[in-house]
Amino acid sequence: MNSVGEGCTDLKREYDQCFNRWFAEKFLKGDRSGDPCTEMFKKYQVCVQKAIKDKDIPIDGVEFMGPNKEKPES
Amino acid sequence: MVKYFSCFGVLKSSWDQVFIAFWQRYPNPYSNHVLTEDIVFREVTPDNRLISRRLLTKTSRAPRWAEPYLPVQMSRCAYIMEDSIVDPQTKTMTTMTWNISHARLLSVEERCVYGVNPENGSWTQIKREAWISSSLYGLSRAFQEFGLARFKSSVTKTMKGFEYVLAKMQGETPSRTLAETAKEATEKARETALAAKEKAKGLASQAQKKQYV
Repeated sequence: MNSVGEGCTDLKREYDQCFNRWFAEKFLKGDRSGDPCTEMFKKYQVCVQKAIKDKDIPIDGVEFMGPNKEKPES
Repeated sequence: MVKYFSCFGVLKSSWDQVFIAFWQRYPNPYSNHVLTEDIVFREVTPDNRLISRRLLTKTSRAPRWAEPYLPVQMSRCAYIMEDSIVDPQTKTMTTMTWNISHARLLSVEERCVYGVNPENGSWTQIKREAWISSSLYGLSRAFQEFGLARFKSSVTKTMKGFEYVLAKMQGETPSRTLAETAKEATEKARETALAAKEKAKGLASQAQKKQYV
């Protein structure tokens, strides 16, 4: 998939590939021997966070799992 | 007023396969409306859960009847936020998804809990809940109904997309039946015909106007 920042797609794909392998082969199996994708993630984040700022996308407005208030089952 | 919807779904794959597929499910033949996908936050918590925030851009089409009420230059894209928690110990994944664009018009919040299917341990079940609301004066009910109908059809697409990606991961040729392909072609033809009809109408009325000038 493409990144929202046109120039970030390559960094994103490189990171995704690393993440998917780590997720399947380490994380899900309970192996906590360090994350090999940290550096790639940092580079990708520098790029994508700038793109988000430039495009004015409000991603920080809501806390994590944000709208997950207890809602009525109406 | 908020409209509430809930349903259960089952994927005939194990929980770990489904969780892996969750991060690889775009693009798939049922996700043409998804334009971009980004992780904007990710962390492993001290109790070994993976928390992520994903930002998606999707095309968003308003229903035709609503167009006269909407701003002309309204964006055809919508930003969607998706937070998730993956817990390998309990074999569960919880996601919370909501739109950050056009939210006054139509707000859709969805919570999914993925877990092992109690009847068949090698399958995965998904409990899906959605809250749909609109603050548009006078049209909120109509928008809610539209939102609910669209949400339901998007659930079908999501599940099909998931099945496609899972089949691909497991090395099968994903099945897109002839019937499905044919149905899509029919729908597309219908849309084209409709568009042509509207265009013809427009041209006809223009021609009429010219006559009277």
